[in-house]
Amino acid sequence: MHPLLTRSRFGIYLLAWIPLVAILIYVLGASGKMGWAESAGLLFPLCGIYAAVCLSAWYPVKSAPLETTSVPVLLSTHLLAAAVLSLLWIQLAKGLAYVLSRAPEFAKIQEHLAPQLPILFGAGFLLYLLSVSYHYVIFSLEASREAEARMMETNVLAREAELKALKAQVNPHFLFNSLNSISALTSVDPAKAREMCILLADFLRMTLGLGEKNVIPLAEELSLLDRFLAIEKVRFGARLTVEENIQEESRALLVPPLVLQPLVENAVVHGIANLPEGGGIKLSSLAQDGRLFLTVENSFDPESTTTRRNGMGLVNVRRRLEGRYGSEASIKVNAEEDHFRVELSLPAETGDAPK
Amino acid sequence: MSSTKKQFGALIVDDEDLARVVIRELLSTHPEIEILAECGNGFEAVKAVAEHKPDLIFLDVQMPKLTGFDVLELIGAEVPVIFVTAYDQYAMRAFDVHAVDYLLKPVGRERFEAALERAKGRVGEKMPAAAELAAAARAPQQFLERLVVKDGTKVTLIPVAKLDYAEAQDDYVALASQGKKHLKQQTIAGLEACLDPSAFVRIHRSYIVNLERVARIEPYGKDSRLAILADGTRLPVSKAGYARLKSLLDERK
Repeated sequence: MHPLLTRSRFGIYLLAWIPLVAILIYVLGASGKMGWAESAGLLFPLCGIYAAVCLSAWYPVKSAPLETTSVPVLLSTHLLAAAVLSLLWIQLAKGLAYVLSRAPEFAKIQEHLAPQLPILFGAGFLLYLLSVSYHYVIFSLEASREAEARMMETNVLAREAELKALKAQVNPHFLFNSLNSISALTSVDPAKAREMCILLADFLRMTLGLGEKNVIPLAEELSLLDRFLAIEKVRFGARLTVEENIQEESRALLVPPLVLQPLVENAVVHGIANLPEGGGIKLSSLAQDGRLFLTVENSFDPESTTTRRNGMGLVNVRRRLEGRYGSEASIKVNAEEDHFRVELSLPAETGDAPK
Repeated sequence: MSSTKKQFGALIVDDEDLARVVIRELLSTHPEIEILAECGNGFEAVKAVAEHKPDLIFLDVQMPKLTGFDVLELIGAEVPVIFVTAYDQYAMRAFDVHAVDYLLKPVGRERFEAALERAKGRVGEKMPAAAELAAAARAPQQFLERLVVKDGTKVTLIPVAKLDYAEAQDDYVALASQGKKHLKQQTIAGLEACLDPSAFVRIHRSYIVNLERVARIEPYGKDSRLAILADGTRLPVSKAGYARLKSLLDERK
């Protein structure tokens, strides 16, 4: 689509022609060979048509962008087009003069025009080149605006994924169920109720705080998970067992915040919660050869129908890893019989690594 | 026990101990309600209903293996049920299966009392057949992934992929799976509506077959045919059934 064919831009384009027309009228009129009326009568319709013709400059401009086209090609393209169009413009002027000569006050216009034709040719040539440069300006403006829009869009998308990920961390059902447990404990075991309140408060505070950071030490993520699992242990009692196998050196490595939490929550919601007798969750970390391996394993009921729907948390983690590490990170999901395993592999980043 | 006040027997079903504690405590101020049993899962609940014949059930939705809706489908709807759950998205479904009320966790005293009053009013009321209600309550565009069948107090889960065929028998359907037949109180049309139509075909007024099991089709008599299943079972195919079967098999090619 031609960029000038919007109402406001086309108006500005036509306005820009008015002073040009005025100058041309002055040049032709002041030479003394043509009358003022003749000059104006001819040039207004002539320039009106030529303004429309010069819009075609957009196509050579588009096909020969300044950055990628060599100077000879650039010059030959536009000069040739300018010459062709100027010839056309001369013919147009002659035709118009012929039509105008029918009116008695313009009877001599053809005669008067003839010596002016070289000037007119030069004018047509210059006008076209002017239009070409104008289109180049519009073209680069358009391109930069598009690039800006594209960048905004990717930024918004990445941000959105991030926000969605963070929002998903605090699952409302987790909150409601925890509050229900607290409500039960208040009469049976007030001390435990208080402990649970504090665990929940810590968990919420950490979750909200982590959302603002780009990366955190693995140790911080693990301490958040400790809170989360402690709360779930109150809910599920003996049905939930947790095993941790954390390599000490890996604790200081940097990970995106809340990268394990959705996986552990899935392990509880889609694994343990579907097993009448409960099951275990195993968390492990290992730093090796410049990479950090994080694993979440859990038992699950292969007959349960909800295991298939645990997509969202996993999708979000995958997207966030892709956004941050590109092909440097991978995520492996493995469901075997009654055992579900997610393994993340990321570059081992230490504190002084660029963020 | 004084007989001046009518006694109600109640069942509490929730897989979380603490969630049952809350209901028990809320009931403690109601001497007219006797807690007959507490169940930690759906299987226990089905058994306890048969054993204790409760007047009222407090039922969690999200439980392992059998959900609250499965339990309701199995026990029939003669017993008033109050759903207790942290998930509000099941509320519409709960009222579709004629639940008395729907309590959200954490449960408050006031809301609980209101639900209890409603339940007392509903005791002894007859309600429509549970299986049909459960079918009606199924989320649209979502087909069953497994069937629940009760034989006495024994509950069997049949993943639909393991269902070979279903045969209408009066008010029941016989579900054939892995060489066994299970009777379920449901009409064949009701069952057909719950199954994925790209995997199960109604080949006859009385038969639905799992497309995966059909080995070949043989002509039989003038207008009808026989479907021979992988295990050798022969099922009648009506003219209309054959048209349905054929169009589905053509689609799969």
